[in-house]
Amino acid sequence: MTGLPDGWEVVVGLEVHCELATATKLFCGCANAFGAEPNTNVCPVCLGLPGSLPVLNRRAVELAMRIGVALGARIAPSVFHRKNYFYPDMPKDFQISQYDAPINRGGRLELPDGTVVGIERAHLEEDTGKTTHVGGTGRIGGADRALVDYNRAGVPLVEIVSAPDIRSAAQARAYVAELRAILVATGASDGRMEEGSLRVDANVSVRRPGGPLGTRCEIKNLNSMRSLGRAIEFEAARQIAQCAAGGQVVQETRHWDEDRGETVPMRSKEEAEDYRYFPEPDLVPLEPDQRWQAEVAASIGPLPAERRVRLLHLLGAAPTPAQAEQVRSVVASDLDALVVAACEHGAPASLALARTANEVAAEPSSAARLDPAAFATLLVLEASGELATSQSKQVLAELLATGGDPAEIARRLGFEPMDRGELAGVIEQVIAEHPEDWARFAGGEDKVRGPLIGAVRKATGNKADPAAVGRYLDERRARGS
Amino acid sequence: MTPGDTRPDPRPPAIGPEQVRHVARLARLRLSDEELARFTGQLAAVLDYAAELAELDVEGLEPMAHPLPLRNVLRSDEPRPPLRRDEVLEQAPAVEDGCFCVPRILSGEG
Ligand SMILES: [Zn+2]
Repeated sequence: MTGLPDGWEVVVGLEVHCELATATKLFCGCANAFGAEPNTNVCPVCLGLPGSLPVLNRRAVELAMRIGVALGARIAPSVFHRKNYFYPDMPKDFQISQYDAPINRGGRLELPDGTVVGIERAHLEEDTGKTTHVGGTGRIGGADRALVDYNRAGVPLVEIVSAPDIRSAAQARAYVAELRAILVATGASDGRMEEGSLRVDANVSVRRPGGPLGTRCEIKNLNSMRSLGRAIEFEAARQIAQCAAGGQVVQETRHWDEDRGETVPMRSKEEAEDYRYFPEPDLVPLEPDQRWQAEVAASIGPLPAERRVRLLHLLGAAPTPAQAEQVRSVVASDLDALVVAACEHGAPASLALARTANEVAAEPSSAARLDPAAFATLLVLEASGELATSQSKQVLAELLATGGDPAEIARRLGFEPMDRGELAGVIEQVIAEHPEDWARFAGGEDKVRGPLIGAVRKATGNKADPAAVGRYLDERRARGS
Repeated sequence: MTPGDTRPDPRPPAIGPEQVRHVARLARLRLSDEELARFTGQLAAVLDYAAELAELDVEGLEPMAHPLPLRNVLRSDEPRPPLRRDEVLEQAPAVEDGCFCVPRILSGEG
């Protein structure tokens, strides 16, 4: 990542749109499903046909409240408004959203590094349809026509608006990663950025540290963590260059062009921002009572921060930076329960964590089927030296693909676990054959440790686990025999 | 209003032709000069009538978001059958690949 020039600071606020994991849309019974044939999940309500009336989805309200509780927001009486605009992604020519009375007000999100980002609001609204520009250059301005699919129109969204508390592209990514983990943990969303379940807009400005806030630009179309980081870096550099050249940043909405790696202004007429919000007359106010709020709060399991602490506790010692990252990624991919269960079955925590963060996480579709007891048995075999690391990883791949008994799979793959007695016999023989090497090692010369291990491996046809051999040698030396 | 009271007149200023032109543009209405003048007068009269509400004393009253005394009208999250697609697309100005096909868009969000 490129840094900013000295004497400048970037200030970022993020708006994250999160599609809620409901069965149906926000105001009608059409399925909330990704990837269906175009215009097959639509009805008179979400098409805005005359005479149709919206009715609010109770589940969507509950999921919105879960988000509010997880972010420490105040759940408040709220009202829906119509946001009016002419654009074919909404057949009604307005979007139902919450304006000055959102359901969740205030809140905070703490990043894993301890930084606290304020949350201004998290409100309910309906998603828009999907437009695809075809013909011409394919870009919005150059297209010759647009195709519209209204399956997404009316899908429930919560828009989470942060305070401008973010100070770098890396922090913006950490914020979205943590928010995503919270949304998945609360069951509010599947968190799939690649399917558009999470979409991010960034408000970016630059200033001299401690100085007044600069003019901000809103960057749209940030559909991946990579885009988010790159767009903020590009935009900060662009604004700094503008200021450094004596110019001024113009407040505008810009579009991130992933292919060209730059933000470009979106052409819009000056009155386009005049949405003429007014209360939606077809919907009555929403006022969840204390009892409902308490039920929702009680339905939320442990949040990611708490789950990370649990894993760190299992590790015991202070985590290495690599382990801290493994803890973050395991919780974010919802695999921490596997690590905990494997440890309860006797697996060593650091090994369970490492294998889960890497090999298991790489097979997300099989991970859910992995039996924690079998996983633990395998890790114990590896830790005791009966299986070498490479062998253990091959058994794990089998275990993920087909399940079964790890010892049985190891035998089938020809990894005859060496029993400890047999290994000890081979090592003693190697020592007897290399008396000078052993004498040097016993005298404290650690550089012959490797060659000794190599000799044992050779004598066993590479079946012996180097770590187990090393441990044997160290213990024998410590005993002074 | 008592003498010395510095509160502004609660009545909004009468609407002018510039505002009417702006609102018409937002609503995608093209007005001739003659229509603009006529609607400016008519809208001013309507707003003036509505402004009488501003004279009411609402001190101590909660702002009302809806005239009905109802709260929390909700439905359960159960799917209902959608419309048939051929029926839906009969409403489209043009159809391509199962989608509504509309003229190119110059600006706005994708
Ligand atoms: Zn519908």
